[in-house]
Amino acid sequence: MIRAPHRPKLVVIGNGMAGARFLEDVLAIDPGLFDITVFGDEPYGNYNRILLSNVLNGSQDAKEIFLNPLSWYDENGITLHAGKRVTRVDRAAKRVYADDFTADYDYLVFATGSKPFIPPIPGTPLHGVFAFRTLDDCRNIAEYALDCKTAVVIGGGLLGLEAAKGLMTHNVAVTVVEMAPWLMSVQLDEAGGKVLGQTIAKLGISARTGTVTKELIGHRRVTGVKFADGSEIPADMVVISAGIRPNAELARECGIVCDKAIVVDDQLRTSDPAVFGVGECVQHNGTIYGLVAPLWEQTKVLAKVLSSADATATYSGSKIATKLKVMGVELASMGRINDLQPTDEVVQFSEPGRDVYWKAIVRDGKLSAACLLGDLAPADDLMRMFHAGADAPSRRLELFFTAASAKKEVSLADLPDSHQICDCNGVCKGTIVQAIKAGKCTVPAVGKATRAGTGCGSCKKLVKGLIEAVAGGVRAEPSESWYVAAVPLDKPTLVAEVKARGLKSVSAVLRELGTADDEKSRNGLASMLKGIWGTEYIDERDSRFVNDRVHANIQKDGTFSVVPRIYGGITSADDLIKIGQVAKKYAVPMVKFTGGQRIDLLGIKKEDLPGVWTDLGMPSGHAYTKALRTVKTCVGTEFCRYGTNDSTGLGIDLEKRFQGFEFPAKVKLAVSGCPRNCAESTVKDVGVIATEGGEWEVSVGGAAGAHVRKTDVLCRVKTKDEALRVIGRFLIYYRDNAKWLERTYDFSPRIGIEKLREIIVDDSLGIGTQLDAEVEKTIAAYVDPWLERDKPAYAGQFDEPKRVPLPVL
Amino acid sequence: MGVKVQPMTTTVTRIALCTLDEIAVGLGRAFDVGGREVAVFRTRDGRALAVDGTCPHKGGPLADGMLIGEQVVCPLHAFRFDGTSGACDQESVCAVEAFSAEVRDGTIYVTVPLA
Ligand code: SRM
Ligand SMILES: Cc1cc2nc3c(=O)[nH]c(=O)nc-3n(C[C@H](O)[C@H](O)[C@H](O)COP(=O)(O)OP(=O)(O)OC[C@H]3O[C@@H](n4cnc5c(N)ncnc54)[C@H](O)[C@@H]3O)c2cc1C
Ligand code: SF4
Ligand code: FES
Repeated sequence: MIRAPHRPKLVVIGNGMAGARFLEDVLAIDPGLFDITVFGDEPYGNYNRILLSNVLNGSQDAKEIFLNPLSWYDENGITLHAGKRVTRVDRAAKRVYADDFTADYDYLVFATGSKPFIPPIPGTPLHGVFAFRTLDDCRNIAEYALDCKTAVVIGGGLLGLEAAKGLMTHNVAVTVVEMAPWLMSVQLDEAGGKVLGQTIAKLGISARTGTVTKELIGHRRVTGVKFADGSEIPADMVVISAGIRPNAELARECGIVCDKAIVVDDQLRTSDPAVFGVGECVQHNGTIYGLVAPLWEQTKVLAKVLSSADATATYSGSKIATKLKVMGVELASMGRINDLQPTDEVVQFSEPGRDVYWKAIVRDGKLSAACLLGDLAPADDLMRMFHAGADAPSRRLELFFTAASAKKEVSLADLPDSHQICDCNGVCKGTIVQAIKAGKCTVPAVGKATRAGTGCGSCKKLVKGLIEAVAGGVRAEPSESWYVAAVPLDKPTLVAEVKARGLKSVSAVLRELGTADDEKSRNGLASMLKGIWGTEYIDERDSRFVNDRVHANIQKDGTFSVVPRIYGGITSADDLIKIGQVAKKYAVPMVKFTGGQRIDLLGIKKEDLPGVWTDLGMPSGHAYTKALRTVKTCVGTEFCRYGTNDSTGLGIDLEKRFQGFEFPAKVKLAVSGCPRNCAESTVKDVGVIATEGGEWEVSVGGAAGAHVRKTDVLCRVKTKDEALRVIGRFLIYYRDNAKWLERTYDFSPRIGIEKLREIIVDDSLGIGTQLDAEVEKTIAAYVDPWLERDKPAYAGQFDEPKRVPLPVL
Repeated sequence: MGVKVQPMTTTVTRIALCTLDEIAVGLGRAFDVGGREVAVFRTRDGRALAVDGTCPHKGGPLADGMLIGEQVVCPLHAFRFDGTSGACDQESVCAVEAFSAEVRDGTIYVTVPLA
């Protein structure tokens, strides 16, 4: 692209929702117009602040909410100073200062947003007191909540309630404290606030409204909250969400006219003609906006004005109408519901049984405000009416109950192209349909092309519906059937190719069959090849995850954990003494009994691993790799007065036989000595339960981790040997047919228990003896990885960082 | 050959770290270069890459990561960093510092700021 030699310099302060969107709008008009520099106080690219609630409640990962990655700035020739706060603006010299950086501007845009308001009460600096505004706040809150049982959220507005919901998911008992007589007093009237109060009470959150907080108590850490009426409640942590204040200080200090926020005119210009403002830091016509929709309107206008695409464009304020989801409660709000005048007409509907509450205010024959809670059926019609300033129906009740809404849902196909689907980003049906016709047939693809669904995400269902309507179906991901992402083949085909071509190493497979390369695929191929080739497998250590290279589990601080094999969970005094001695010798910071009846030595330095293993003299417990993990047992006939079978005996035999077997995902077993099922056999990959008649019931496909699933019964067998055989067959069949990382709880229902029973128990495919032979072959190929303590497999495997001094000048 | 250094730094020095054989093919190793942690990787085709030893996300030990092409994958949460530029490929995480590294006569040299 040919660029003008002296492009005007555009500097933006603030890389948040408004700042970054403004840049996009400018680039959309002409990517080469300005020489652009952005300063952002936060050390990231640009992320979607309204999704922070999802990050806090764990429904989205922090990584998923970024809008513009750092590379985007690069690609568009924008200089981004992430993590740099502008501290001074010299308007005479047209220069901004941030730490040691300076930047000169021809045009300056403030997009500094706002900061949480911290009420001036004692105790706010205590540990455990947080605000909720940034990604870092989210992380800090989530981390601190791990050690907390009770929390108080100060402020019962939108953000406070979102924070409360987030805390609930961290198993903290939450009390929300609100000064106003009801919750969400901006968007709801008193009746609505009460309905919301009831709804959240059902979710287990208590709310104290009309309550003024006087003090946060505690010494170093906060321990409680004291109220104006003298009462007190305990709190291990406090989140303050008592409103926001515009970041206007910087502008004020350099002499720009500010009121409550930076004052801008209809072209978003401040009192200095070269300086502009957008977002939550500005005040237009006396109004400061605290939601994203108005910001989008502002940035569009400013981009037009500055680029001269339409130098006369003006912003005349925004009509606020939003749909929000608070703690799973649907809420629509438009206009100012608490601004009631004597001549207004009020239309209200409530249905307490369903926690539904609707209210609309009609002023001068037009809808001036409304709030809808619990059921948003009339929301779209009302919002359209509100935006258009259209007359309200003369039979006012038709605001809520029209012939149209009685028809239930308007079909997507009938909606006009101008109908807004994504309220966060202002995307209309027409734009989305165009994208679908251009081949964007998945929800993320539509999102990428149009931004629809990338805000709060509540319209994704509609987008999916449109794809179905326009393209006849959401495109299936072909990659779903592949064993790993880097090789576009399903497992049986992949295995056949690997065998036919004699591919014995991961790099050989990737070279001949791969279309990409990533660490997960390599881990998966390594595991599969080891299973196929046994001792012939060419083991490339760079295809292993660190845990599988050093045979221990990496921890958050870079140390490792060591779990020795304790067959069936049965140990001896001597072994316990040995473990104790090792723990002392290496000053092990934590010795823990695990959920699977083993002992975990946590916090061991990598260079100490070989020594620890030598001193323990026990085999690896394989707590790290995708392999057989633990066989959990109950006491069984040996001691228990109810036991009908020797559960510990079978457990030990199972663990000795299958130790070190690698699988597409980890595999956990359990054996219980009677139907009381004390070893929790029904939530294991393979569970065995002794029955009253002294038989063993073998069931598969269970789990109780992130997914909870009860096992499916595979068969009953009479003897231990039969149990060992049928379990071996199942395990090999699973190993050879499951996708990488597919645990038995997905594999078993995918194949179907009847089919599994035919193959494993009835040997319908005639592969029984083959499966038995694979078991023997795998046992023979097994070597305890901890033996590498004596002879590291590669240079530096367990070494501490090598020190190299710098030369002295 | 562009020497990758921080804009503010003025003095750099090149020093020998180890022989190529002291790092396994495709893997990394941690070094402490005058108090600065550096993760050095040996690519499958015998080159060397050097980046800051600590992940900017939550301090993961990058030398324990995996090398995918020229990208270093942090062992803790799998953010990826380019071994030559240090840029993070994942959405919007700050880059790590990358140091110019080369292999001469079987020895790995890196260029680091002297400060
Ligand atoms: C140590 C232990 C917790 C404890 O102290 O009790 C533990 C620790 C970890 N578990 Fe677990 N799990 C432990 C028992 C369990 C159990 C209970 C059990 O085995 O009886 C479960 C539920 C049962 C199940 O798996 O169905 C369990 C379900 C998970 C999951 C969820 C798996 C799923 O597919 O739902 C993960 C995540 C994963 O595997 O991707 C996980 C992952 C992890 C990791 C490996 C996370 C990681 O990658 O670092 C933890 C390793 C810490 C370490 O270095 O030791 N852990 N984990 C338990 C070790 C097993 C043992 O006794 O030797
Ligand atoms: C948890 C949460 C949930 C929300 N949910 C919704 C919702 O569902 N719907 C909705 O419409 N709105 C929602 N909002 C409000 C919405 O996020 C804000 O209206 C919007 O982010 C404002 O955009 P902004 O660019 O003005 O400010 P911000 O997004 O705050 O961006 C300002 C940026 O400027 C930076 N900055 C400030 N001063 C300086 C300086 N001196 N130098 C450099 N950088 C500086 C700040 O660090 C910040 O990154 C929510 C807000 C939060 C916190
Ligand atoms: S992975 Fe397991 S051990 Fe680690 S924090 Fe989660 S539940 Fe606990
Ligand atoms: S610490 Fe490196 S990705 Fe999290």
